[in-house]
Amino acid sequence: MNPQYSSVQPPQMSDQNVLCLQTASENVYNGINSQQIAGTPKSEYGLHPASKQTPFHNYSVPICYSQNGLTPQRQQQPLCSDFQQPKFTTAVPPGTQFHPATVSNKLTQHNEELHIEPAGPQYSPLTRYSTPHPTDSLQRSGVGESFSPGLPGPLKKLPAPSLSQQMLPGGRLPFPHTSSDHYGQPQRHYVSQTDSVSSYGPPSYSKIAQYPEHLNASVPSSASLPPLPHQFSNVGPPKVNQSMNSFSPNNQVNGPISGGPLPPVSGVQSPFPYTQSLQQPPREPQYPAVPQVQMGAPAISHQLRGMDPNHLPSSVQVIEADRKERSGTFFTSTKGKVPPLVTTDFTVKDDGNCSPRFVRSTIYSVPTTFEMLKQTAVPFAITISPFAKLKEGEQYPPVSNLGEMGPVRCIRCKAYMCSFMKFIDGGRRFHCAFCKGITEVPHEYINHLDHMGQRIDKFQRPELCLGSYEYLTTKDYCKNGVFPKPPVFIFMIDVSHNSIRNGMVKFLCDNMMQVLTSLPKEVGAPASVVKVGFVTYCNVVHFYNVKGNLVQPQMLVVPDVEETFVPLLDGFFVTVEESQSVINSLADQIPQMFMDNQDTETILGPPMQAGLDALKAAGCAGKIFIFHSVLPIAEAPGKLKNRDDQKLLGTDKEKTLLIPQSNFYNNLGQECVTAGCCVDLFLFPSAYIDIATIGEVCRLSGGQVHKYSYFQTEVDGRRFLEDLKHSVRKTVAFDVIMRVRTSTGIRPTDFYGHYYMSNTTDVELAAVDEDKAITVEIKYDDKLPEEDGTYIQVAVLYTSSGGQRRLRVHNLELGTCSQLAVMYKNCELDTIINYFSKQGLRMVMEQTPRYIKDYFINRSAQMLATYKKSCADYSSPSQFILPDCMKLLPLYVNCLIKSDALSGVFSYALFKKCKRKNYSFSFQHDLDPNSTDFPKTMRCSIGNIQQNGAYLLENGIHMFMWIGMAICPDWLKNVLGIEASDRINVDKISLPQLNTPLSLRIHDIIESIRKERQRCMRLMIVCQGDKLELIFRRYLMEDHGTDGSTSYVDFFCHLHKEIQKLLS
Amino acid sequence: MTGYQTYQDFIQQNEDRDGIRFSWNVWPSSRLEATRLVVPLGSLFTPLKERPDLPPVQYDPVLCNRPTCRAILNPLCQVDYRAKLWVCNFCFQRNQFPPQYAAISEHHQPAELIPQFSTIEYTISRATCLPPIFLFVVDTCVDDEELTALKESLQMSLSLLPPNALIGLITFGKMVQVHELGCEGISKSYVFRGTKDLTAKQIQDMLGIGKFHQQQQPTNPQPPAPGQPVPAANKFLQPVHKCDMSLTDLLGELQRDPWPVSQGKRPLRSTGVAMSIAVGLLECTYPNAGARIMLFVGGACTQGPGMVVGDELKNTIRSHHDIDKDNCKHMKKAIKHYDGLANRAASNGHIIDIYSCALDQTGLHEMKSCTHLTGGHVVMGDSFNSSLFKQTFQRVFAKDSKGEFQMAFNGVLEVKTSRELKVSGAIGSCISMNTKSASVSDTELGIGGTCQWKFCGINPNTTVGIFFEVINQHNAPIPQGGRGCVQLIMQYQHSSGQKRVRVTTVARNWADATTNLHHIAAGFDQEAAAVLMARIACFRAESDDGADVLRWLDRMLIKLCQKFGEYSKDDPNSFRFAENFSLYPQFMFHLRRSQFLQVFNNSPDETSYYRDLLMREDLTQSLIMVQPILYAYSFNGPPEPVLLDTNSIQPDRILLMDTFFHIVIFHGETIAQWRKAGYQNSPEHENFRQLLQAPVNDAQEILQTRFPMPRYIDCDQGGSQARFLLSKVNPSITHNNMYGWGQTSYQTESGAPVLTDDVSLQVFMDHLKKLAVSSSA
Repeated sequence: MNPQYSSVQPPQMSDQNVLCLQTASENVYNGINSQQIAGTPKSEYGLHPASKQTPFHNYSVPICYSQNGLTPQRQQQPLCSDFQQPKFTTAVPPGTQFHPATVSNKLTQHNEELHIEPAGPQYSPLTRYSTPHPTDSLQRSGVGESFSPGLPGPLKKLPAPSLSQQMLPGGRLPFPHTSSDHYGQPQRHYVSQTDSVSSYGPPSYSKIAQYPEHLNASVPSSASLPPLPHQFSNVGPPKVNQSMNSFSPNNQVNGPISGGPLPPVSGVQSPFPYTQSLQQPPREPQYPAVPQVQMGAPAISHQLRGMDPNHLPSSVQVIEADRKERSGTFFTSTKGKVPPLVTTDFTVKDDGNCSPRFVRSTIYSVPTTFEMLKQTAVPFAITISPFAKLKEGEQYPPVSNLGEMGPVRCIRCKAYMCSFMKFIDGGRRFHCAFCKGITEVPHEYINHLDHMGQRIDKFQRPELCLGSYEYLTTKDYCKNGVFPKPPVFIFMIDVSHNSIRNGMVKFLCDNMMQVLTSLPKEVGAPASVVKVGFVTYCNVVHFYNVKGNLVQPQMLVVPDVEETFVPLLDGFFVTVEESQSVINSLADQIPQMFMDNQDTETILGPPMQAGLDALKAAGCAGKIFIFHSVLPIAEAPGKLKNRDDQKLLGTDKEKTLLIPQSNFYNNLGQECVTAGCCVDLFLFPSAYIDIATIGEVCRLSGGQVHKYSYFQTEVDGRRFLEDLKHSVRKTVAFDVIMRVRTSTGIRPTDFYGHYYMSNTTDVELAAVDEDKAITVEIKYDDKLPEEDGTYIQVAVLYTSSGGQRRLRVHNLELGTCSQLAVMYKNCELDTIINYFSKQGLRMVMEQTPRYIKDYFINRSAQMLATYKKSCADYSSPSQFILPDCMKLLPLYVNCLIKSDALSGVFSYALFKKCKRKNYSFSFQHDLDPNSTDFPKTMRCSIGNIQQNGAYLLENGIHMFMWIGMAICPDWLKNVLGIEASDRINVDKISLPQLNTPLSLRIHDIIESIRKERQRCMRLMIVCQGDKLELIFRRYLMEDHGTDGSTSYVDFFCHLHKEIQKLLS
Repeated sequence: MTGYQTYQDFIQQNEDRDGIRFSWNVWPSSRLEATRLVVPLGSLFTPLKERPDLPPVQYDPVLCNRPTCRAILNPLCQVDYRAKLWVCNFCFQRNQFPPQYAAISEHHQPAELIPQFSTIEYTISRATCLPPIFLFVVDTCVDDEELTALKESLQMSLSLLPPNALIGLITFGKMVQVHELGCEGISKSYVFRGTKDLTAKQIQDMLGIGKFHQQQQPTNPQPPAPGQPVPAANKFLQPVHKCDMSLTDLLGELQRDPWPVSQGKRPLRSTGVAMSIAVGLLECTYPNAGARIMLFVGGACTQGPGMVVGDELKNTIRSHHDIDKDNCKHMKKAIKHYDGLANRAASNGHIIDIYSCALDQTGLHEMKSCTHLTGGHVVMGDSFNSSLFKQTFQRVFAKDSKGEFQMAFNGVLEVKTSRELKVSGAIGSCISMNTKSASVSDTELGIGGTCQWKFCGINPNTTVGIFFEVINQHNAPIPQGGRGCVQLIMQYQHSSGQKRVRVTTVARNWADATTNLHHIAAGFDQEAAAVLMARIACFRAESDDGADVLRWLDRMLIKLCQKFGEYSKDDPNSFRFAENFSLYPQFMFHLRRSQFLQVFNNSPDETSYYRDLLMREDLTQSLIMVQPILYAYSFNGPPEPVLLDTNSIQPDRILLMDTFFHIVIFHGETIAQWRKAGYQNSPEHENFRQLLQAPVNDAQEILQTRFPMPRYIDCDQGGSQARFLLSKVNPSITHNNMYGWGQTSYQTESGAPVLTDDVSLQVFMDHLKKLAVSSSA
């Protein structure tokens, strides 16, 4: 077993990857890896035909064909397939899980389409044996299976090593194969053709279909030979790989670890040579083997199947490359310049367009016609984070005050003065870049133009030279024509029995002062002007008068929960400075007072309403922080039922759990928006709490939900406190109205994010902070002029934390193009994925998970297919070609599909915010004690994990530290302060602060990661073999999910197949 | 009876002993005759008249065995000392004395058989002692100055309360806050919206006191049975000794209602809800225990249930005119609200006091039933910072010679009558308990249809008018024994917490009116009659039109004159009245023009206030209200009472007028000039200083005993404040006298001493005589 395992998989995968990559690289990465590819793959193939085949299944038909050619006969025998199955199951329990019926369907389809598959599974072994029966592709597949049984140990072993060898060289360099590759590829083409011709192909598992059963099933269906060929030609190549995957399990099972010895197999497979050229040798497969074996079987099986995931486009690599290449200063002046990835550390110099931190577009070159764009299926959307946090060294948008005159605006479309406006008539009028209207310049604003037609004060006025700037507004821009008051923050603490018991109340009160010191202040202001108020509640609402001149705080109980109201104004909102002592004594009193509170039934609606009323009564905007712990079941408005039903999750009925059970919180949220009241929920549940319903308030009001299940002060306290402080501290704008204006021809049509719209154009938000973003989808009305750019202006009217009514304007100019290739070159994948994820979240409410999944797959496939068709037409149809910008698309989409939010594993997961960064990124950090650099990130696959290592994984919400069994005791001692790994106490979650260099270093690393994220992630320590490992596994995004979700490799293959289907 | 020199003495002594005065002291023996007497047979009874000489009786009264009677053994009963039997003088049931009376003999009588103790008080020692409960309900929508004064008064009052008394605090403005007492480190209060009418149940639930109530009620409809522990003080009502410090601080920190009041608006004041909560709170925590809700209000209720006036200043508060025109949209609803509260409070034995201090009306008119039905105090002043309020409030906690509060709680008055007599109703600060008995008459006068009335709050002055009906038929003989008996049994909770029973048994002779009318006439008590008639008039005025009441009064007066006057037909000059009738027309004259029946120049609040006091004060005070008394001080002699007449106004006199509600010191023109010149300051005019001082001293004396404190007015002839006096005096000096013009003064001229349209007493009397003697009437 072991040998097969190790050896087989990695190489195969790599090959396939290589292939794909190569194709991709045609467009993008021309020069880079060509050499390697050219060299290695060939050799590999040559060496290990069989092994190659397997990998190919996924990607390139050719391999299969070759295999097929070799092994046609094998497939025929049904028995064989049977044989295989047992093996699978027995050997690799996890694998068995995957069988779901759904898959089978697909598989059958695929089978028809993809001839290659059968060969894939059988791989080298099969090839050898199979050769006898070339006739039926189906048979082949079957045969392949049968073969494997027969030859389990040796065969597998053999191919694997060979592959591995091949992989190593080429694997890394998929992209480089540009033109040269192609040329190299012709071979493949041939191969594929031959395949098709030969029509062995039948064995197709469209899916990477992992299961022998399916195979069997598919076999009969696919048995009809005729269809196969067609598909073959199109799809063939990629599928091979898939089949490989499916097979790989066997391999794993059989020979998990030691892959080394297998070389002979490779030799067996004749077809490889062709394919080899395409494939690029991956890394050495060997190392993964050992750890894998020991780790849970399921994961292993995934990995081992098919290609070496390491040779698929890697986020690590892409990110790293971008970081290397594009770090430094980014100047915004160039039209349509694609900004660096969000992960890249760059400094923005605003000289005409707004920083990509504020607005990012999915495409920076807009096709001139909508037809073109529609064809590509690439979304045109912009993600706006109007108050994004700036990096140190970047300039805040300057604030200008035009006095009574107010901002200068286009008379027609009301766009604000910006650098895109053209002054004419000697500066007396200007030409609007958006609506093309002509507006008189107000008298006070007139200035001379220089010989270039530029105003001579251009560089004195931010709006004329910058992409982002702010105005102080006049009264006309204020609610009711009155200048706003400084915002207020209300802290509402649930003091029911549960909150007392879990220590939340005490902890919060103890740290209240610390939290209050981090109230936000205006840039440059000496102190915060934000006032605070306090409320507690259980089945009634308690308000507190903490006026500075009181000897002791006064508590005002409002027992009327049916119609809550605010019992006081004066003394409810105070400045921390003035009332410090009273607040202190209140913080002392609250835990004492409610120490013996036995009320378990609590309310939530009334305090929210009361807080809202308080803000309304005070006439100011503000934020409400609610610290809540149980489902509000007490008799009061906003009462909820416990409707938790784990059984529904992941089913079609799932959405019933995700739709709010009453519209109370919805209405409340809308009221919040009109009052400029933002609600942040901090939840400490120990049971179902129905975030889908209560989170509505946050969603609509621009707030956020934080959840600390089974809160324990020692474990979660710090995290909670950090989150709270961040939430209190961060820049926030209230009473926001956002309007997106675009140049003629395009218009914003759909808005994604947490907001409220009372009409079709203005996005209203109670508050927006630096972490929030809204995605706006843009559609066409007309053909765009190619010579002119496309302009987008985002105007945000808001009340600052200092109580000033301001207007922030972001301007962005995009290029236009008439060539799709140009567009593909100027895509921004991060934004696309952001758009997808938001779209997905919206669909969760309305559609079944299955639909959503298919939607994303189809859309991605279409994006890539169009690319292939229009920009890489010369490539072989079997090639999987990825545009440079979208190299990671399959990875991200797969992650997206698998993410908790969409797969519906948690009904609560819905609170996912509009994050700019896709949470699919997972990093593993190899903790090297001595290095001072940030540890290198790794790909998120179990295959990369070694038993003697420790790894850190985070995705913005969770953070895991995985510690291998074989970790060296010194490490344990230095980091955890314990002697041996088996004594690790899993419950003790926080790392001790030890005064060893290693410990300090690890803490440093964790801190710096946490700093980058919005939430303070809880660090979970996972020991190898421990229960938690299952959870950990779930976040290894490139692997098979424990719940049957596809691995990266599988997905990749599937996508390829879809693409080919589209192209056919 | 024969021992008395005159009826005057008889009446006086009876009043002193029993606190009761009858309009007729000899009773006509038939129903027909009784109705022909014009003035109904009624009595003014002061149940708790201060009697320091009463013996302490620590045992229970002995009751008549007949279940329908249950009269109490009294000096009028016939006692067979040998058989140890007594005969009930109401039902003639023969009763065995209980065993503990075994030692009884002619020479060894229990106190209740001694004639001088026709009024006697039993202390029921078995009953539990409940401390009195005080619940302050404080309006915070007042000026800071007012609030400060009020807070001081309240803080002061804490020292006047017995340490075991329970105390609670509710404040209200836009919201209503029920303060939790005795919490440390933080002051807690429960807040209610001032606009939402809450049911008692809701209030109890919200305050977290409902469960207690439910458990207790079924088992304990009556005052806590002996042996049952005193209910634990809840968090809102704490013993004074436990919380006086924190309460003092709490009161000290009371702030003016912080809700902004915009221009042209009244502050939002939730009196109605506050009262509702106060009533609800006590209702479920201490039903049937003596408790006082003390409402301090500085303005009209402007929101929620019980709203008197909207918060827009442009809508003025209702006047009598509006009421007549049915032009006050809130009034009826408000009255209904407060009536409901008053009834609830009263049925639980709780008192509602209203201390209203504001320049404008505060809605006493709407809230009158709260005080009236529960026997609570009503005080109307201009400011919490005035001595009127401060001293009045202090006097609420006045103590008697034994150092005990003069207030008593939760009283029940039962009336038992001889067979020939029935009780037709009562007029006073009480509610009917709807108890039927053989003594209840079918005809109602006042609050009738019952033989028991509840007096939640009662003090030594509280006086109730009780009316009787003679039911003996015309042809029946004079009833057995020749005397009719009335027994009045007052059970109440003494301020010490003891339950006490005071029993008054009185009897009067029967006389045959057809033959012995002069006997009956001789027994007429014109003062009592005047006060009783005033009460009836006020009672009627509450529901009837003012003019109807006046006409009724006139008719009654004329009839009385016709019945008891001596005259020749159609000769007005021949009209003579017996001495004990002579003042009655004068009383009626002043009653007609009093603020009780004339609403002109009075606000509805004032009218309600005045009437309320008339309904509860004793005879003397009531008479002062009806006909103010006037003293003159001059160099010509010692102070003397003078006629309430413009004639009494002399330049060299100082007048002191007591109208019960006002004390007016009126300096004649000359005196005023002297005073202005400062003569009183020079030693050689010491006598002038003394003259000035004399009425002031007398006024002080009155002020010190009167409750509520009268308004003290010091004025000069010709000054604006003099109107208080001029409005009361009989306008005998008119333009007529001064200028020799016609009969009555319907013109107003600048020289007239009293500018009024009212007729003078002289004219009134002339007219009366004419009508009385007229044969056509």
